[in-house]
Amino acid sequence: MQELQSLMGGFAVAMTWFNLMLMFAGVVLGVIIGVLPGLGGANGVAILLPLTFSMAQQPGGATSAIILLSCIYWGALFGGAITSILFNIPGEPWSVATTFDGYPMAQKGQAGQALAAAFTSSFVGAFVAVVVITFLSPLVAKFALRFGPPEFFSVYLLTFCAFVGMAKGAPMKTIASMMLGFALAAVGIDTVTGQLRLTFGFTQLLKGFDFLIAVIGLFGIGEILLTIEEGLVFKGAKAKLNLRVVLDTWKELPKYWKTSLRSSAVGCLMGIVPGGATPASFMSYGVAKRMSRDGPQFGTGKMEGVVAPETAAHAAGTAAMLPMLTLGVPGSPTAAVLLGGLMIWGLQPGPLLFVEKADFVWGLIASMYLGNIVGLIVVLTCVPLFASILRVPFSIIAPVILVICAIGAFTVHNSMFDVWLMLVFGVMGYVFKKLDYPLAPLVLALVLGDRAEDSFRQSMLISQGDMRIFFANGLVGTITTLALLLLFWPLISRGIDVIRGRNDKSPTPE
Amino acid sequence: MEEQQQGRAVGSMRAWEIGGAVFFFIVGAVVVYDSRRLGSGWAPDGPQAGYFPFYIGVIIIISAIVTLIGAINSGAKGDAAFVYREQMKGVLSILLPSIVYVALIANPVYSLGIYEASAIFIAFFMRWLGKYGWGKIAAVALGVVVTFFVMFEVWFKVPLPKGPIENLLGFN
Repeated sequence: MQELQSLMGGFAVAMTWFNLMLMFAGVVLGVIIGVLPGLGGANGVAILLPLTFSMAQQPGGATSAIILLSCIYWGALFGGAITSILFNIPGEPWSVATTFDGYPMAQKGQAGQALAAAFTSSFVGAFVAVVVITFLSPLVAKFALRFGPPEFFSVYLLTFCAFVGMAKGAPMKTIASMMLGFALAAVGIDTVTGQLRLTFGFTQLLKGFDFLIAVIGLFGIGEILLTIEEGLVFKGAKAKLNLRVVLDTWKELPKYWKTSLRSSAVGCLMGIVPGGATPASFMSYGVAKRMSRDGPQFGTGKMEGVVAPETAAHAAGTAAMLPMLTLGVPGSPTAAVLLGGLMIWGLQPGPLLFVEKADFVWGLIASMYLGNIVGLIVVLTCVPLFASILRVPFSIIAPVILVICAIGAFTVHNSMFDVWLMLVFGVMGYVFKKLDYPLAPLVLALVLGDRAEDSFRQSMLISQGDMRIFFANGLVGTITTLALLLLFWPLISRGIDVIRGRNDKSPTPE
Repeated sequence: MEEQQQGRAVGSMRAWEIGGAVFFFIVGAVVVYDSRRLGSGWAPDGPQAGYFPFYIGVIIIISAIVTLIGAINSGAKGDAAFVYREQMKGVLSILLPSIVYVALIANPVYSLGIYEASAIFIAFFMRWLGKYGWGKIAAVALGVVVTFFVMFEVWFKVPLPKGPIENLLGFN
């Protein structure tokens, strides 16, 4: 029960008026970011990260900074449901599955019930995931203390292979996009030898590519270009959410406890493995549809069809923090940006964080409990307000978002070059999205590139260039084997299908 | 999908796929070239600077070739439109003004700073796409810019590129 004690310590850290105010501000900002087209969790956090530089330097400031940023993340997770249900526009990829039953419910005039169900199950999913984090992460961190460079590299390998194995699209494109991230991460001064890599005489490239710029460009600008192209017209259902509706929904929700439980489990599992929230939401929707008595009626506006994906998405989004905190391996793009933030604030993510910065870690975990409660209250009470944001015409919203992105990109290094770079990344993001090159692996590789390379080099130094070091003992061998299994999973699953004689069906549920 | 409405296509899926694969191939080749230049082998004190990137470059090249072959043999799927002209117009109507906007913030000739440029940028969109009256435009553009100014310069003390008006007002 040492965890409970640490957690209480964490609550003491997180429960100051200043931090509670930051939580509130973060959640509100996060919901707005989640509702707006072109702004999502990852680039919302990226844009606001530079504002925390000075905050993080004060004593205890790093905890406040991470509370602010992680609450933006929670807010964005909540916000995605609003647009899905009211406007049939998934604000975030993980809310796509929420539209299946959420929007039909809204059309039937049950928007309030759908929203209340979505928010409540988001909260439940997140809560389960935080409990898992509370009790599992100290164990994982303790276990990972024994890790040397080969083990760390094999964990990175596992992360990246998981992306390839779980991607819906062409595996080669996932690999290409990921390797591009590594290549971009390599640009600049090599920390070991001091040599210049891939700069070709451009002094602006000495510092290398900052992942924050990439995130703002790829996700922010790219997303706006896509939105314009699709020519979205926001026609939304009216949201009426009062206490009666909420209480009535809460009375109905316990009926779906099995679905909640199952979806939370799916979400936690998928969140810890990178690849994260989006497949988790689809998977748990599919599972709920198959297991539920009302299964055939899914898609016509069943509350259970809202509960399942929302619970899983939120559980996965939250659980993505576990590998980030314990191993320094983020499970989602937003977690990757948060990890980048930790490094900028001068914290070394990884198992030692639990030992050296216990108050920071437990403050963060405690803030996850509080932040989600704050989030639930905020979204339940302010839905009409947030929905009205989407009614602001695009000709106003679009330039304002672009201005925000430009300011965000500039503040990272006070450099105009970065703003230009953001535009380039924006065009890249747009074209990549259209060609089905996934962006998340690119960002993850860009964030983790240097760390992965360091652990690879150190491993090679230990073994004098012998690759067998990644199979040297049971632990590293198991992780590496698992990674390779995941890497070749698309081939393996196709093989299984062929043997079973159903090669006409795709192995992953759409 | 809505072919009649959307008009002509700007390039087929196949053409753009091939373009994408070639882009990756070039990136991979550049990475491999530079890694070889730095040395991608083994120095007396351990792996050289190009050791890790070399393999990255090789993998990029392999994946680009596989994607390229797939794109060339993509059949009917490859004939689909990448983007329709109308859509492309929409994308460019955001992208080109954005480029002008960034150029206005800071350039060698006459820099406007981020606040003035933002105000012009927002006003331009509201007039051009939204057809708003000038009163509304002024209210929104100035409101947004002043909010950002207060937030960044006063509250967070993060200095952004400033232009002639801020200089006149004595902010530097």
